[in-house]
Amino acid sequence: MASKLAEMLTNLGSRVTSAAWRLGFASRFFLMILMYSGTSLRRFHLTIREIYFAGVLSLIIILVSGLFVGMVLGLQGYDTLQRYGSAEALGVLVSLSLVRELGPVVSALLFASRAGSAITAEIGLMKATEQLSAMEMMAVNPIARVVAPRFWAGVVSMPLLAALFSAMGIFGGYLVGVKLIGVDEGSFWSQMQASVDFREDIINGVIKSFVFGIIISWIAVFEGYDSEPTAEGVSGATTRTVVTSSLAVLAADFILTAFMFRGA
Amino acid sequence: MNRATLDLWVGVFVAIGLGALLFLALKVGNLSSATSGETYRIEAKFDNIGGLKVRGAVKSAGVVVGRVSDINFDTESYLAVVTMKLEKRYKFPRDTFATINTSGLLGEQYVGMDAGGDSVMLKDGDVVQKTQSAIVLEKLISQFLFSKAGESGNDKK
Amino acid sequence: MPTSSGESLVKISNLSFAYDSRPVLTGINMEIPRGKVVAIMGSSGCGKTTTLRLIGGQIKPTNGEVRVAGEVVHRLSSDGLYQLRRRMGMLFQFGALFTDMSVYDNVAFQMREHTDLSEELINDLVLMKLNAVGLRGAHALMPSELSGGMARRVALARAIALDPMLMMYDEPFAGLDPITMGIVGDLIRKLNDALGASSIIVTHDVQESLKIVDYVYFVSAGKVVAEGTPDEIKASRADYVHQFVWGEIEGPVPFHYPSSQSYGDEIMTHSVEA
Repeated sequence: MASKLAEMLTNLGSRVTSAAWRLGFASRFFLMILMYSGTSLRRFHLTIREIYFAGVLSLIIILVSGLFVGMVLGLQGYDTLQRYGSAEALGVLVSLSLVRELGPVVSALLFASRAGSAITAEIGLMKATEQLSAMEMMAVNPIARVVAPRFWAGVVSMPLLAALFSAMGIFGGYLVGVKLIGVDEGSFWSQMQASVDFREDIINGVIKSFVFGIIISWIAVFEGYDSEPTAEGVSGATTRTVVTSSLAVLAADFILTAFMFRGA
Repeated sequence: MNRATLDLWVGVFVAIGLGALLFLALKVGNLSSATSGETYRIEAKFDNIGGLKVRGAVKSAGVVVGRVSDINFDTESYLAVVTMKLEKRYKFPRDTFATINTSGLLGEQYVGMDAGGDSVMLKDGDVVQKTQSAIVLEKLISQFLFSKAGESGNDKK
Repeated sequence: MPTSSGESLVKISNLSFAYDSRPVLTGINMEIPRGKVVAIMGSSGCGKTTTLRLIGGQIKPTNGEVRVAGEVVHRLSSDGLYQLRRRMGMLFQFGALFTDMSVYDNVAFQMREHTDLSEELINDLVLMKLNAVGLRGAHALMPSELSGGMARRVALARAIALDPMLMMYDEPFAGLDPITMGIVGDLIRKLNDALGASSIIVTHDVQESLKIVDYVYFVSAGKVVAEGTPDEIKASRADYVHQFVWGEIEGPVPFHYPSSQSYGDEIMTHSVEA
């Protein structure tokens, strides 16, 4: 019995230590990305290429999901609001929920599974096929040449994708609310404008998506770079990227929301 | 995929992304009507502010002229102290009447300013003297019910 | 190496290396003279590839040192190491071509990263390098469209892009058919002589490498167990060398992975536990 307990405690201890090790390693990796970011900014076409893969290729899924989420918000919001006779507030409901929460968070979750997993898989495969070692032996730093451009591309793409998601969602809510159900168009927009504050709501939403972009890109490049150079290693790292970054995004969202909208 | 096509696509992506941000800022948010210019600060004391929030609108004749910047409780007079920032270009006489109104039956609450006739204008740091508190719906309803009950009681007699 | 004339390009003295606490190399001494092709042979897992990684400075030795062109590799700053690596070329086991770039861009990679050459000049150089490995016509293909042998040759063209003074080959013959093997072996020798470089080949393919190399080191269990010119090696009567060169099953290298218990004991204990 006592030995079972000791074994369990040892297990727990080793898990905690290895988690702490990984976190420390990931933090050092983050600093190294920042340190070696010169190349990705000086030779910006390297980053542009990655923005294409991370951002442009995520456009379809982001736009379509945004539209549908907005349309659902329109339907559900109208159903609830009209019970209290304030259907005109539909614009406020749709826009605030999108700009503050759904836009940054849902697009971040989609981005993690669409682009984050691709980044991890690509870097992991480059490692497994010795491409990163080869680069190192050619006196080219793989962090500067491969990792940093992908990281910055993710950081740049995320806020733009979130803004597109929100805009698309508001358009979807407008389609359903105004065009389909017949909420008054004037009050839909004017009430929205009266209650959505540029600094408090929109800028905070952009800050959120920017932070999510950093989190997802960081986890994605780290998992790829740290993956076991085997087929199972890469697939495991890809799964971990999606799971870890989704959880991290939701946790960070809670913390940021608590700080940003506490007073309002 | 060659470099020019790649650049084009990324260019399109960044452009529509910034376009969406601009749409959010101007069409969805209040940047177009924001208090971008200079403001001055006035205070008003109310018995009851109801559900008024910081950042609530300050309107006069239905036009947004400023925003609520702070709400405090004065422990000496037991009144709510509402600090507002009004745009410099909108001047109000000193005897302006500040009321707390509701947009619609259940909408947001805002501060309404009814201009008086004084020739001296309010300036930075001034306190509005004449105020009217929020209409509390529950009170209104109970008053209404009581009076109805009273009426029906009279009818029976 | 006794036959060396003048100073050697690579000098390995008393080199040891351990992963965690498991020793991989224990006190290795080697010399690679300028202009020569040297093979490091041994069975799988004997530390050959580790030796290459130590020469390239990708890992640091636990003891001893590697000198390349007079400089101790593991004491160089990271800038110094990168400077040194620009003068080294390495061919990885399966080529390690950049899969997201065409053959042309793979070969041009180092030129674009390290030089300010104009694109016209790079174009000429890339086609020249590809011509040297006989793949000028394949410049527009992607790595996924190449056969194993072609990929190896493209990787070779990429490794010689900046005319290195030291070429390292990690299992250049692994997984190739005999014809391609011959082509690659021939290329290694010819390119070495044309560039005036020195080459190290890590391999377990005895017959192919003995045809092209000047000198051979045999490594077993982290030690150099034999060395000599190809003729000396073929004539060697040393047990290990003989077993390796002629591919015999039993010899100093046992067929069985060492076990703490005897086979009989192990079977007995298993049946008891089950």
